[in-house]
Amino acid sequence: MKLTLRIWRQSDREARGKMVSYKLDDVSADMSFLEVLDVLNEQLTTAGEEPVAFDHDCREGICGACGMVINGVAHGPQKLTTACQLHMRHFKDGDTIDVEPWRARAFPVVKDLVVDRGAFDKIIQAGGYISAPTGSAPDAHATPVPKPAADAAFEAAACIGCGACVAACPNGSAMLFTAAKVAHLGALPQGQPERASRAAAMLHAHDEADFGGCTNAGECTAVCPKGIPLTVIGSLNHDILGSTIRGR
Amino acid sequence: MVASGTRDRAVVATKESSAPRRNASYRSTVGIKVVMAVTGLLFLTFLVLHMAGNLKIFFGAESFDHYAHWLRDIGAPALPHEWFLWIQRGVLTLALVGHVWAAATLALRAKRARPVGYAHRPKVQGSYAARTMRWGGVIIFLFLVWHLLDLTVGVVNPVGNPATPYANVVAGFAPSRWPVTLFYALAVVAVGFHVRHGLFSALRTLGQRTANGERWARVAALGFAILLCVGFLVVPFAVLVGWVG
Repeated sequence: MKLTLRIWRQSDREARGKMVSYKLDDVSADMSFLEVLDVLNEQLTTAGEEPVAFDHDCREGICGACGMVINGVAHGPQKLTTACQLHMRHFKDGDTIDVEPWRARAFPVVKDLVVDRGAFDKIIQAGGYISAPTGSAPDAHATPVPKPAADAAFEAAACIGCGACVAACPNGSAMLFTAAKVAHLGALPQGQPERASRAAAMLHAHDEADFGGCTNAGECTAVCPKGIPLTVIGSLNHDILGSTIRGR
Repeated sequence: MVASGTRDRAVVATKESSAPRRNASYRSTVGIKVVMAVTGLLFLTFLVLHMAGNLKIFFGAESFDHYAHWLRDIGAPALPHEWFLWIQRGVLTLALVGHVWAAATLALRAKRARPVGYAHRPKVQGSYAARTMRWGGVIIFLFLVWHLLDLTVGVVNPVGNPATPYANVVAGFAPSRWPVTLFYALAVVAVGFHVRHGLFSALRTLGQRTANGERWARVAALGFAILLCVGFLVVPFAVLVGWVG
């Protein structure tokens, strides 16, 4: 396959970036999108140019490190797929493909396609945990979890924190990410003691990080590589309203 | 990592005290949406009643005019003439202020949240209704101004006599005034789209959180949107083709 990649190049946080075109002549349809970037970087390095910086880790679609907006869609055109698992057979020979970083004030570009997703850590630190005594592991049957609750928690826990929801949201909101964590912990007995304060604290951290507000447009769930449903946002709203009405 | 129970509690205590607030304020992004949802539901209730009242026109001029005058005496004798109407207008105006405040605040937040846009941005995958909430809302507001001048104040209505609402409607939607009727029809369709996403969104904001409930919320939103469109459009259509008049 012959491809033209137009990639956002930005040398550091302060620099002004721009889209730069690169031609690739020998791309296999079985390559993943990140492997194409690897090939491009080999070419650039050989030519003495600066390679394209991008985040990646497991390349198995489960770590949440990779992420780029491909032709305007977070993680590219294939549903339920991370950029590392996106294969070139979904593109046509001769295609021009635009590659941009996640765009959000809360995710400043560090270099090229790499953004600082530290704002997600701040949201987790605000309440995305349960408090439990550490030490020896508790017996597996010590806290019974109803099957529907376990299923609901697992569905939400599948979130890998990649940030595609933020990149896709017309409001630059991180509500799907925040709500997935709230729904995950709120569905389990271990999450109940902090449930009331968790949603409010995480929402506060979300708003403080300059993410936008959710308008239930559903873009997030359409691009989410893990298929986190929009209903988790209802769980967050439910917990927020519940804690506000009960006054605790 | 092994830690004593005492130390764990200490860690929890610090985290709790450093948590900025336990309750979300009305200025949080969810609080703003609650204002949006509650005021929106108020509008929806009003619109359904307004639509039902409009259909009185099919019972004839006397029945319609009687209904219009009765509206001015709701609550009598406890409430003096037109008091209920003014209370309702006051509540709806406050709701409008809240609704617009919420929309403007969220729109400004959204603008600030993405200072650098995408070079390549296809249309968002969400529904047309979701995409057009903000501009749709502006169009509905402009229509509202015209609509009040036309059929409430009467200054832009050919008859404009508060004593004869039936005659006002018939004159207002007369075939010769087709551009007005067209504008009315477009605005009603805009309301339909607005309600389609708005009702779904309001239910979600107020805590609707199950997959089954989501299906019902979508059905209800679409149902109300169609109901309002049909109910509001049938009156000018009837005047236009001469069923009423």
